[in-house]
Amino acid sequence: MPPESFEALAMPLFDRLYNFACWLTQDRAEAEDLVQETYAKALKGFSSFQPGTNFRAWMYRILRNAFLTSRAGMKQFVSLEDEDGEELVAAAEQTPEKILLQRTEEELIRKALDGLPLHYREVLLLCDVEEMSYRDIAATLGVPIGTVMSRLSRARRALREAVSNLQGK
Amino acid sequence: MAGQHWTEKLDAYLDGELTAEEERQLREHLRGCATCAAEALERLQRKRAVQAAGLRFQADPAFRARIEKSVRTKQSPARAWSWAPALAVLVLAVLGVSLWTMHFRTHMRERHLLSELIDQHIATLASPNPVDVVSSDRHTVKPWFEGKLPFTFDLPELQGTSFTLIGGRASYVSQSPAAELLFRIRRHQLSVFIFQKSEANGECRNAEQTAQSFHMRSWSSDGLCYVAVGDVSADDLNALAKLLNAPAK
Repeated sequence: MPPESFEALAMPLFDRLYNFACWLTQDRAEAEDLVQETYAKALKGFSSFQPGTNFRAWMYRILRNAFLTSRAGMKQFVSLEDEDGEELVAAAEQTPEKILLQRTEEELIRKALDGLPLHYREVLLLCDVEEMSYRDIAATLGVPIGTVMSRLSRARRALREAVSNLQGK
Repeated sequence: MAGQHWTEKLDAYLDGELTAEEERQLREHLRGCATCAAEALERLQRKRAVQAAGLRFQADPAFRARIEKSVRTKQSPARAWSWAPALAVLVLAVLGVSLWTMHFRTHMRERHLLSELIDQHIATLASPNPVDVVSSDRHTVKPWFEGKLPFTFDLPELQGTSFTLIGGRASYVSQSPAAELLFRIRRHQLSVFIFQKSEANGECRNAEQTAQSFHMRSWSSDGLCYVAVGDVSADDLNALAKLLNAPAK
C-alpha cells in the first residue's frame, strides 16, 4: 500500500495550525510566515516521519520549534524555567475602558489567554482547543506527560485568576 | 482532604485522561459530593469557553491556496522516495552486471591471449628455424627489428645472469606486429612477446597465469605490452621481467 501523501495528511490540519500560530505569534503576518515555514520544513522532512506515529503532534512540534527559533518566539518565550512559580498571574493590562469592552465571557477568555505566558497559553490551546491527549501534547512540547499535567493545572489556575482580574472583581 | 484528592483528578477526568476504573470511581463520588460536582461543572464550562475562544483566527483563503500549491507542486517526498530503494537495487544490479561483464571480458581476453602466445611459443620451439636473427648480442638483435616494427624497445645486458638471449623474430599478436625474443635459462627456452597495447589485447595489466603447465607473466612499460611465456617457474619469469624492465643503457 503506498504511503499517504504529505498533502493528504497535512492540509486538513491547516486551519488549526494557522489558528495555533496566531495564538503563538499574536500577529497575522508572522503567523502566516510561521505556517509557511512549518509546511516547508515538514514537506522537506516528511521522509523522516515515521508512518504510524502521530502526524498531528509532529506538525505542531515543527510549528512550535520554528516559532521558538523565530525572532517573535524568542521575545515571547522568556521564562520556561520558572515552572514552579506559583505567583504567575496574567500580565494583561487593565484599564476601565478595556474592561468595559470585554462584554462576553468568550472575549474575557480571549483576553486572558492573550495575557498568559506563552507556555501556559500553548498547553491550554493544545488540550482544550486541539483536544490533544496528554501524550500527544507531551510529544508536541517535548516534555514528559507529568510536566504536561502540572503545567496544564497551573495554566488553568492562571487563566482563572486572569479572568477574575479582567472582570475587575 | 478527600475532596482535594478528587479535585486533583477533575481536570484529567474532563480531559478524558482517566482510566475507565478511575472514571467510574470519580463519577460515583461526584454523585454524592456537591462541592466536587460544582467544581467539575465550573471547570467544564471554562474548558468549553477556552475551546470556543481558542478557535479565533481564520486564514486568508489566498494564503491557504498558496500553501496548498506549495505542497502539491513538489511531489511529496514519501512518494518521491518510495521507489528509491528499488532504483538503488536496479542501479546496483546494472553496475554489478556490467562490472562482471567487464571482468569476464577482460578475463576471456587474457585467456585468449595466453593460449595464443603459448601456441606461438610452442610453434617457435618446434620450428627448425625458431628465430630470424640468431644472436646472443643485444646490440645485434635490437637493430635487426628496425623497420620491421612500428615501435622500438630496449634489451638488457644479460651477462652475469642465468639468462641467455638466443635471438628474435618478427611476429604478430592479436593482429598487431610484435617482437618475439627467445631466451634460454638452464635447459629451458622462453619467449618474450613485445607489442603495442590495443583494445584487442587488453590492458596488459601486471598478471601471472598458468595454463598447460606453461607460465605467463605480463606487464606493461612505456606503452608497450610485455608477455613472457615458458615452461619455467614463476620466479624465473619474474627475474627476466625485472631485467627487461630495467634494461642497461
